[in-house]
Amino acid sequence: MALSMSTATFVVDRDETRCITCQVCVRQCANDVHYYDEDGDRVLSRDDACVGCHRCVSLCPTRALVIRQNPLEFRPHANWTAGRLRDIYKQAETGGMLLTGMGCDQPYRIYWDHMLLNASQVTNPSIDPMREPMELRTLLGRKPERLAFEQGGALAAEAVPGPQLELSIPVMFSAMSYGSISINACQSLARAARQVGTFYNTGEGGLHPGLYAYGANTIAQVASGRFGVHLDYLNAVAALEIKIGQGAKPGIGGHLPGEKVTPDVSRTRMIPQGADALSPAPHHDIYSIEDLRQLIYALKEATHYAKPISVKVAAVHNIAPIASGIVRAGADIVAIDGMRGGTGAAPTVVRNNVGIPIEVALAAVDQRLRDEGIRHCASIIAAGSCRSSADVLKAIALGADAVYVATSALVAMGCHLCQNCYTGRCNWGIATQDPYLTKRLNPNIGERRLANLLRAWSLEIKEMMGGMGINAIESLRGNRDHLRGVGLNQVELDALGIKAAGC
Amino acid sequence: MKVVIVGNSAAAVGVVEAMRAQDQRAQIMMISEEPHPIYSRPLLDHYLAAKIPRARLAYRSADFYTRHDVTPLLETRVVALDTAARCVTTADGRSIDYERLVICTGGAPIVPPVDGREAQGVFTFARLGDIEGIDRLIASQQVHSAVVVGAGMIGIKATDALSRRGIRVTMLELAPRILSAALDDAASAILAARLQSAGVDVRTGNTVTAINSTHGRVSSVTLQDGGELAAQLVVFGIGVRPNVALVSGTDIAVNRGIIVDRTMRTTVSDIYAAGDVAEAYDLVVDMNRIVAIWPNAYRQGAIAGAQIVGLDAHDRGGVAMNAIEVQGLAAMAIGSANAEGAEYEVLCEGDPVAERYKRLVLQDGRLVGAILVGQINRAGVYTGLIRTRMDVSAYRKQLMGDGFGLLSLPEHYRKHIVTGQGIEV
Amino acid sequence: MKRIVIHEEHCIGCRLCEVYCLVAHSTSRDIIKAFKTERKTVMPRVLVEEDGPISFALQCRQCQDPSCLEACISGAMHRDERTGAIICDESRCVGCWMCIMVCPVGAIQQNLLGTQVASKCDLCYFADVPACVANCPNEGLTYEVIDEEARL
Repeated sequence: MALSMSTATFVVDRDETRCITCQVCVRQCANDVHYYDEDGDRVLSRDDACVGCHRCVSLCPTRALVIRQNPLEFRPHANWTAGRLRDIYKQAETGGMLLTGMGCDQPYRIYWDHMLLNASQVTNPSIDPMREPMELRTLLGRKPERLAFEQGGALAAEAVPGPQLELSIPVMFSAMSYGSISINACQSLARAARQVGTFYNTGEGGLHPGLYAYGANTIAQVASGRFGVHLDYLNAVAALEIKIGQGAKPGIGGHLPGEKVTPDVSRTRMIPQGADALSPAPHHDIYSIEDLRQLIYALKEATHYAKPISVKVAAVHNIAPIASGIVRAGADIVAIDGMRGGTGAAPTVVRNNVGIPIEVALAAVDQRLRDEGIRHCASIIAAGSCRSSADVLKAIALGADAVYVATSALVAMGCHLCQNCYTGRCNWGIATQDPYLTKRLNPNIGERRLANLLRAWSLEIKEMMGGMGINAIESLRGNRDHLRGVGLNQVELDALGIKAAGC
Repeated sequence: MKVVIVGNSAAAVGVVEAMRAQDQRAQIMMISEEPHPIYSRPLLDHYLAAKIPRARLAYRSADFYTRHDVTPLLETRVVALDTAARCVTTADGRSIDYERLVICTGGAPIVPPVDGREAQGVFTFARLGDIEGIDRLIASQQVHSAVVVGAGMIGIKATDALSRRGIRVTMLELAPRILSAALDDAASAILAARLQSAGVDVRTGNTVTAINSTHGRVSSVTLQDGGELAAQLVVFGIGVRPNVALVSGTDIAVNRGIIVDRTMRTTVSDIYAAGDVAEAYDLVVDMNRIVAIWPNAYRQGAIAGAQIVGLDAHDRGGVAMNAIEVQGLAAMAIGSANAEGAEYEVLCEGDPVAERYKRLVLQDGRLVGAILVGQINRAGVYTGLIRTRMDVSAYRKQLMGDGFGLLSLPEHYRKHIVTGQGIEV
Repeated sequence: MKRIVIHEEHCIGCRLCEVYCLVAHSTSRDIIKAFKTERKTVMPRVLVEEDGPISFALQCRQCQDPSCLEACISGAMHRDERTGAIICDESRCVGCWMCIMVCPVGAIQQNLLGTQVASKCDLCYFADVPACVANCPNEGLTYEVIDEEARL
């Protein structure tokens, strides 16, 4: 066996004066990093296996553990960073694609952090959210171009809006498939969506029978593998979403490793147990925009035109005409997923190098639809790393009707972004099908934490809106004038359609 | 309401505590022929062995009578019962009437008709008075050797206690093995070996035919096999007979003990019986019999007491069981522990060298008996299974395992217990 | 009266309940001191049963008709008036193990660390919430008022 040049990414520091050898860390690490040495009556650690998920740190009753990055240093090189070297060592050893989980971790510009929101000062005074009602309610779906009435006061036919999703807050839980995440994680999302009055997305895993009860708060995906798609599935939910692509891996299909295809997942997805579930890159019945229109209307027919149909695409270079085509094809909602969006499994090289950021994609799509006079025909949902309520508001100001969050939701449930979702050994019970690990996410607690997150964000949104002198979220939509850029060049400012701070 | 309890031990305490949990007004009287306040008989061997001081013999606190508003009548023997007149008569001629009577007279130790048994230094092992006598003998003169007749629970406890006092003990048992009623050959052999390694001379298939004395004091015994043993102390521990003398001449049905139904009522209204004197329902053998153990006594007393104050308490039935410790080695026998025969399925496994043994007895797929030696952890789970009479044939392998616990049993049984709802026993 | 309810589906087998039970019943009541100096003298009263993904933390069920109290030959097992908890008075216990023989859930253990006594959950009658409940990281144990009628 040849020498391996891979070195540990993390180092486990154990404070022996605090360690009480209770072995909780030994039991709780899914990667078997910690072990009990009977002869020495102490707990030791195998640093190599540590993925930096902090499970042991969080559970250690005496806070005896700290996980640090391996301080092993290469000679400094701005081009050949340690990460680049390690990737090549790994590929030279395995000959395989490097896989990863969660969203792009490379230092591309984060436009949210270069945009600032307005506040009222003298004219157009602020509103106090404690004193006056703030409307965060959001309706997603096709809106009529203008109001028109018949004789007698009834709404004219052309002024009737299409079927709508009503959200109590402009934030929904984005697509995360049962299979990539555990049933307990799905339960938590579904229950929290119901509690808060918003929606969660099934992703391409189908809908588990135990979750049909939350159908009124569910958006079901029809993805390229058509996993779990049958008539009951379509009719059990509030809306359907045709998934063309996702931001983390534009152009390629979903990937669920065989270890995660348990009997339950197999049944829900209608696929064989234990085999990798690879969704094809395209829908093999969608090779043109006309084909997409056909599928959209097939779904509308199947659900009696009672549910909004969404189309989700990854943010790529020509996103504006793509979105325009989608809206003209009859979609009621267009969801755009930026390059920083998360995933349960993707080739690292695709996750880090393909797609464009959501901020510029969103601005481009909103502007194009307005220019074409079809902005009212569909709602826009922005996805791909909203990390805070401020990001949500900035997205809305750029033109989104609402945002999808996934990484934020997972972090709320305990995710520490170790990026090892594809191994199925998630120590937090989230990205795993191992029943022993799944128990760690108590859905009661998961629901509570998710609902808390959205509640906290809604309070912050109201504060910021009040500060801007706005009392209805609708007034902020596409209102680019409430944004100013900092540290951006003119090309970027133009792409976002915002002015520079000071102007 | 006037309630008279003849007795001052576990059953009687059960009656009082059950009554007083509901009712503070009834008049309660406890009559005992012993002079001592409530003490624990099973602790007598601990006391003799000097493991506990006398004060710890108390089963309840000294203020038990006042706290529960009970009138104690100690050192008083009840000699007659008139069910028509509803009164009992004491040895000193008092007549005490009752509206409810609970007979908790317990059992009396059997002394076989052996020649020479009236000599000084011959004792039974039942009451504090017996133990005080033994203790005085040991204190007042050199007791080098003792003979204990009977290797049942009492005999073993007496042997163990005397051995801890530094006395050389020979234990005689007529049956081919010690603890013959409770254990099987294998378990019995382990305990006998432990006793022997502690210096006890264990002789089975043998007993005493005569007790020989010098100047009125025990000096030796003659054995059935013809041998003779020097001894300054002889203890009979061969069994107890229920004290049913009180009900002779009345209409109260008696078999070996006083027959009671599931509410502890005798065949005469307003009269109950509980404890070692009662012949009550045993759920393992599905018939009434005397099972003279402490838990049964307390429970039966509690049921009688509850019934007296109008509660609908029923006895689901007793299970014969005993826990014993011999020179630090623990052993337990539960239910039909040593049953043998075609209708039983016996699972057993042991390591005599490690002094470990486990024997489980199934009948029609249900657990009906268990013997554990050495490893007695969580034995109650087996007792619980015996009581619920559930079919455990699917869990045979797990039952015998060292790690046997609730996880080996079906989820619904386990959840019924652990959701805080207890189980029906 | 409140009782500990066990939620098997949320128990992750970490055994923090055992850790904190030990601390609550130690002399120092300090987790580091208790484990470093009192490990040989204190036992937790909760025991975790585990088999693969199934696990739960078991302690005394505080039965309404406690078999252990019935079987106790020394009177050490008694009911605490304030909490209703069944407590073993270790100063009176002689370690006869009758309670172990009758407890239907096997919640009583032999404490052979010092003088031989029976060891069982006392509902942390000295605290507001039992230590195991307060420290379970996944709400696998809760402390709730139980419908007394439904219990034994």
